[in-house]
Amino acid sequence: MNNYTVKLSDKGTIAVDDTILVKGAQTAAGSHILEGFKPLFSAEAVVRLEKAGYEMAGKTHVGEFGLDLVGEFSYYSENDNEETLKGAAAKAVASGEVKAALGVDMNGATRRAAALSGVDFLKPTYGTVSRYGIISCAASGEQMGVYAGNVEGIKEVMDVIAGYDEKDGTCLREEKYDYSTELPISGKKVCMIKELMEKADEETVARVNAYAEKLRAAGVIVEEISLNIFDVANTAWQILMTAETCNNVSRYDGVKFGYRAAEYKNIDELYVNTRTEGFNFLTKAVILYGSDVLSKNRYEDCYGKSLKVRRVIAEKFAELMEQYDAVLTPVCSKSAYTAYEIDKAFGVVFEESVFTAVANLIGVPALTSGGVQLMGKAFSENVLLSLAGSAERAGK
Amino acid sequence: MKYEIVIGLETHVELNTKSKIFCSCGGHSEAKEPNDCVCPACSGMPGMLPVMNKRVVELAVTAGLMLNCEISRYTTFDKKNYYYPDLPCAYQITQLNHPICTNGCVHLKTSEGERDIHIKQIHMEEDAGKLVHVGKASLVDFNRTSVPLIEIVTQPDFRSAEEVLVYLNKLKSMFRSGGISECEEGAMRCDVNISVRPEGSTEFGVRSEIKNMASFEAIEKAIRYEAQRHIDAIEFETEELVQETRRFDDATGKTFAMRNKETEADYRYFPDANLMPIIIDDEWLEKIKAAKPVEIDEKADAYREAGISEKEIDMLIHNHNVSKLLDDVVAMGCDAKNAAGWILTDCVGILRKNGKLLGDLTITADDLASIIKMVDSGDVNRMSGRKILTAVLEEGADPVAYCKENGLDAKVDTTVIEEIMDRVFAENAQAIEDYKNGKVKAKQALFGACMRELKNTADTAVIKEILEKKLLDV
Repeated sequence: MNNYTVKLSDKGTIAVDDTILVKGAQTAAGSHILEGFKPLFSAEAVVRLEKAGYEMAGKTHVGEFGLDLVGEFSYYSENDNEETLKGAAAKAVASGEVKAALGVDMNGATRRAAALSGVDFLKPTYGTVSRYGIISCAASGEQMGVYAGNVEGIKEVMDVIAGYDEKDGTCLREEKYDYSTELPISGKKVCMIKELMEKADEETVARVNAYAEKLRAAGVIVEEISLNIFDVANTAWQILMTAETCNNVSRYDGVKFGYRAAEYKNIDELYVNTRTEGFNFLTKAVILYGSDVLSKNRYEDCYGKSLKVRRVIAEKFAELMEQYDAVLTPVCSKSAYTAYEIDKAFGVVFEESVFTAVANLIGVPALTSGGVQLMGKAFSENVLLSLAGSAERAGK
Repeated sequence: MKYEIVIGLETHVELNTKSKIFCSCGGHSEAKEPNDCVCPACSGMPGMLPVMNKRVVELAVTAGLMLNCEISRYTTFDKKNYYYPDLPCAYQITQLNHPICTNGCVHLKTSEGERDIHIKQIHMEEDAGKLVHVGKASLVDFNRTSVPLIEIVTQPDFRSAEEVLVYLNKLKSMFRSGGISECEEGAMRCDVNISVRPEGSTEFGVRSEIKNMASFEAIEKAIRYEAQRHIDAIEFETEELVQETRRFDDATGKTFAMRNKETEADYRYFPDANLMPIIIDDEWLEKIKAAKPVEIDEKADAYREAGISEKEIDMLIHNHNVSKLLDDVVAMGCDAKNAAGWILTDCVGILRKNGKLLGDLTITADDLASIIKMVDSGDVNRMSGRKILTAVLEEGADPVAYCKENGLDAKVDTTVIEEIMDRVFAENAQAIEDYKNGKVKAKQALFGACMRELKNTADTAVIKEILEKKLLDV
């Protein structure tokens, strides 16, 4: 299990979530089914960081395939001190063990873990960081992102990892992005969403409001508006995400690599026993839900409709972004993590993803900082980082 | 009652590309060991992403143009989900919603007349791997995984096994001449949809789908068997027909139903988010059109016009490399009919002597054109030309150098020829006598003797002329 504990290291080291391949190091996406899988190559982001002189500190636990709330349901965390494993990468950054960490934002777990640990996480615009070397679940919305102690750390790592990679067909052609230029924020317009504020507990609401005050103090115009797109965006994303995940994890069948059940009499039993034993309850729920929404009789009502919703939400969000430079929201409904059982996980994650799903659904950037979330239109990372940078400086 | 057979075809054709459809693995057909041509991408390892091989798009579009299809300017990939050990990702990347070509048409000429076969669509997809069963164990070979295929789906327009075979042979010729596919054994596989109905009826009968046949012989047998089975079922109520998927067993010559489990699968198709939609703009399409080889029908007509025989045309259009060689040689100024003779008679003869086939022909257009021109201009005689050709084919000789080194130049001084001929006349007094007595054959013998003395090099026309002249004097 040594691979799975964060190595104490000097500044300049990067932790890598277990959903991201590091050559030769067991990479299992927190799942029993990939036990023993050692990749033949590293993710493009890891390669770029190593080339730039960063040292990979080690792999950090994730919840199985990154499907849970904050990384609490890793197969490999059972024997360890559970408390230290929730949002392992975020915690490693918070404690200063590593300079930054790489994580895959697929359904908000990374953003929530960052918020609950008090660190920053940027899920950049879809297509800016290569997905080559991600243990892919929901290809149409997952994105490699960065945890760091502050926005400066995020900018530093993003400058290294972002940009075109021919090995990922969804990677945008842009060779380089500029994350470092500080934009003037006075006069920028930010909106808060009434419908999302209503879903959050008192402490969270207070935190978002306090954040808004910091922005106002820097000359930003912050207004609360009503916009009823987040529930439907979340439902659409859960449908697309479960469908794509169901499909992408179907390759873990015990035939080629990873875990294989000890007992089977024929190929069907090999599949069924391996997958029954290899996946946790939440992954199985996602697989069931995903194969249901893709089934012949349900496809048009579920998957097909979700693709249409994705287009409509993208239009609505674009309209909103004509009036505002960013959206300020909670990252999750509660200000502190409360333990729950895995058989409730599907519902719990679904409910909490109302804050995060829209960014995955339509590929816009989302930044967790100071326990709140800033979202903007595609490629507006600079705006979000400048706003958060100002708030961070004001906080000190 | 008379019955009409109604057939639709789905034909899978392996594309002739250097690498696989979504990764850079190549050369699977030359692989020596199982899993020689395999990378993390085509073996389904996590972390790898499919990257589109542009050549596959170009070949699929070329095929579509040859089959008179509409070319989609926006084409996408979908995932087809099913579990099988030879399918490493447990899904196949294929095209369902926006196939690359639609609404095509192929014109057939058969012994029964002419017919248009309508093409519903052509789509691109990846092949699966192979299972090898050894005793109780099954081994997986991923060499074929992700090899690019196109699937050509016709409307139910065929009315006989003969039409199906004419169509398949036509596809084969087209795709070979177009460099789209080698169409070798196993590189062209068919699913046959077949039903029968009383002649004159417009409603379709109950349909069987016979899956995955690789040889034309099997396809023909399967159609004949299946059609008769349907007719018997209707006519004599031997069984109740159900819509089902069947397989053809080569050994028994019969079809049999597959397990329901295999046929009632819900493949849960959905768009592949890892592959961006492909946009084929005017510029790209024009480029593909410009590179498209001449249609075989047009090509055959052109050869016919040049006076090439039907048998030779048949050989040419079935051998893309050979017809290209001919076209190149003609482009260099050689006569088409003459050049076709050089290739299909002389080259083939020399190859055959060496136990080789036309497909093994390796001569460059430059070398062949140079030999033909030497002969045409009278620089060497026909026989020397063949000698040079043999040296080029067997030893890889340079034609001009070989001609010089071996003294094959036909421009022998006529005085030398006359001297030699005088000697030949002196040595063959009997032949001269015979000639005088009216034996025409004697002239042939004298000519042969002269040629032997001249080591077969000289221009035969010149020798004949001198010989005739000299014979007048004897």
